[in-house]
Amino acid sequence: MNNQNNNGNGGDTPRSLIVKDVVKEYVAGKPVLKGISFEVTGRSTVAIIGPSGTGKSTLLRCINRLIEPTGGEIHVAGQDITKLSGTELRHARHYIGMVFQEFNLVERLSVIENVLCGRLGFTPVWRAWLRKYHQTDIDRAYELIEKVGLGDFVTARADSLSGGQRQRVGIARAVMQNPDIIMADEPTSSLDPKTSVEIMELLNEFSRVQDIPLIINIHDVNLAKRFADRIIGMSKGHVVFDGKPDELQDSHLKEIYGGEDWLA
Amino acid sequence: MTAHSAATRRPFKPSWLARLGWALVILYAIYAVSALDISWSRFVDGLGNGAKFIGELFPPNFDRWKLLVENLLETVEIAVIASAFGIFLSLPIGLLAARNLMPPWATWPARTIICICRSFHPVIFAILFVKAVGFGPMAGILTLVFASIGFIGKLFAEAIEEISLKPVEACKAAGAPFMSVLIYAVMPQVLNRFIGFATYQFDANIRNSTMVGIVGAGGIGGTLFAAFQRYDYDFLCAILLSIIGLIMVSEFLAVRIKGVFND
Repeated sequence: MNNQNNNGNGGDTPRSLIVKDVVKEYVAGKPVLKGISFEVTGRSTVAIIGPSGTGKSTLLRCINRLIEPTGGEIHVAGQDITKLSGTELRHARHYIGMVFQEFNLVERLSVIENVLCGRLGFTPVWRAWLRKYHQTDIDRAYELIEKVGLGDFVTARADSLSGGQRQRVGIARAVMQNPDIIMADEPTSSLDPKTSVEIMELLNEFSRVQDIPLIINIHDVNLAKRFADRIIGMSKGHVVFDGKPDELQDSHLKEIYGGEDWLA
Repeated sequence: MTAHSAATRRPFKPSWLARLGWALVILYAIYAVSALDISWSRFVDGLGNGAKFIGELFPPNFDRWKLLVENLLETVEIAVIASAFGIFLSLPIGLLAARNLMPPWATWPARTIICICRSFHPVIFAILFVKAVGFGPMAGILTLVFASIGFIGKLFAEAIEEISLKPVEACKAAGAPFMSVLIYAVMPQVLNRFIGFATYQFDANIRNSTMVGIVGAGGIGGTLFAAFQRYDYDFLCAILLSIIGLIMVSEFLAVRIKGVFND
């Protein structure tokens, strides 16, 4: 099942992400996120830009509750993530694909084992342990590895791959989850410029072909402008820009990052 | 002016406290030697006795080889059974003691168990268990099970605390249940270190199981002690040589086992 009908989580609500007044305080009284709100519906690529330490990674991790938000609501495909716990939360996470800056692969496992990690949410522990995945999962894993261009490396160990290849495995793992949204946390920051573009193209292609909204944290403003349909600028815990890439002016960048000498 | 400041700038100030400390250590060493009646003449006499003793050890006497083999087998059995149970038990205890994965209510009891297992030398455990379950291999097995839990449990917990949490985060983000996270993101990172600790402990258990017999907890140690007390030095020599042989075999095995899992 490929979930290609644009309906996630059982099919009653279109694939969407609604973030409403999300607040996160690591230390009480010192919020990192000060009421973030935005909505993403259907296929679109949203780039979140902003200086380091402004809470971009925290925001993404609040969406799948790797970090507990202090306040606000987060709806993924119509389901309020903030109200879930236990198995329900795990299953909700399963439908949120995540791609990491440093790939977060299991170094000592093979490429296909890493990709199949994307199915752990719905695989009983004993099956996962004995590697007795359903044949449909295995076929899909092969198909995805082929699609990300690592057909020759199915059984290679993850630590034998280059950075770009590792990120491809990370993407295949996220897509393996049949996600309603894919989040990428600085997916290109550890890669060279050419590989970065290839990785962005790959993410965009999955998003387009499978109709999955894509949320990307990114440092590189030019990459963001080139690949995103929409850019959200964050600064000091607030959304300070939300619009199309060609609406993003130097004045906005000045507001997001501060200073102006670097823009010259 | 420059000469003056160069003369007064001294980056390495003498620490009188440290010097006083060293002086106290030396004084204590001198006092301890005199208090314990250690003298040069005793050492020289001892050398003579030692030479006589070594002379009586040879040639080794293998006449009672049946008893020897029987005892060696019992020693190996104690070590194997104790290692099996010890390794098996230390896996969950070590995991529970890892502070990066487990909440404090799990790590404290697990760390307490490990700490108790580590606080006594195997000889003390052996004496306690001989009292509890009587003479024989049972006491030796229990002794070495506890020694194994203390050693492997602690090192395994430390190995888990050193893993990278990035794959753990990724598996959690994919909605994996906790056990699957352990199997996929934790075990691959610590498995070969665990094998290393386990084979090392097996090696140590073989060595220690030759010793627990001295207090009556089974194995070749009992025979060794008896031979020693009866001035049966040529048989004693046979026992010592066979223990050396046993340890060499177990070291060889340990190296081979580690070689299989090392990559």
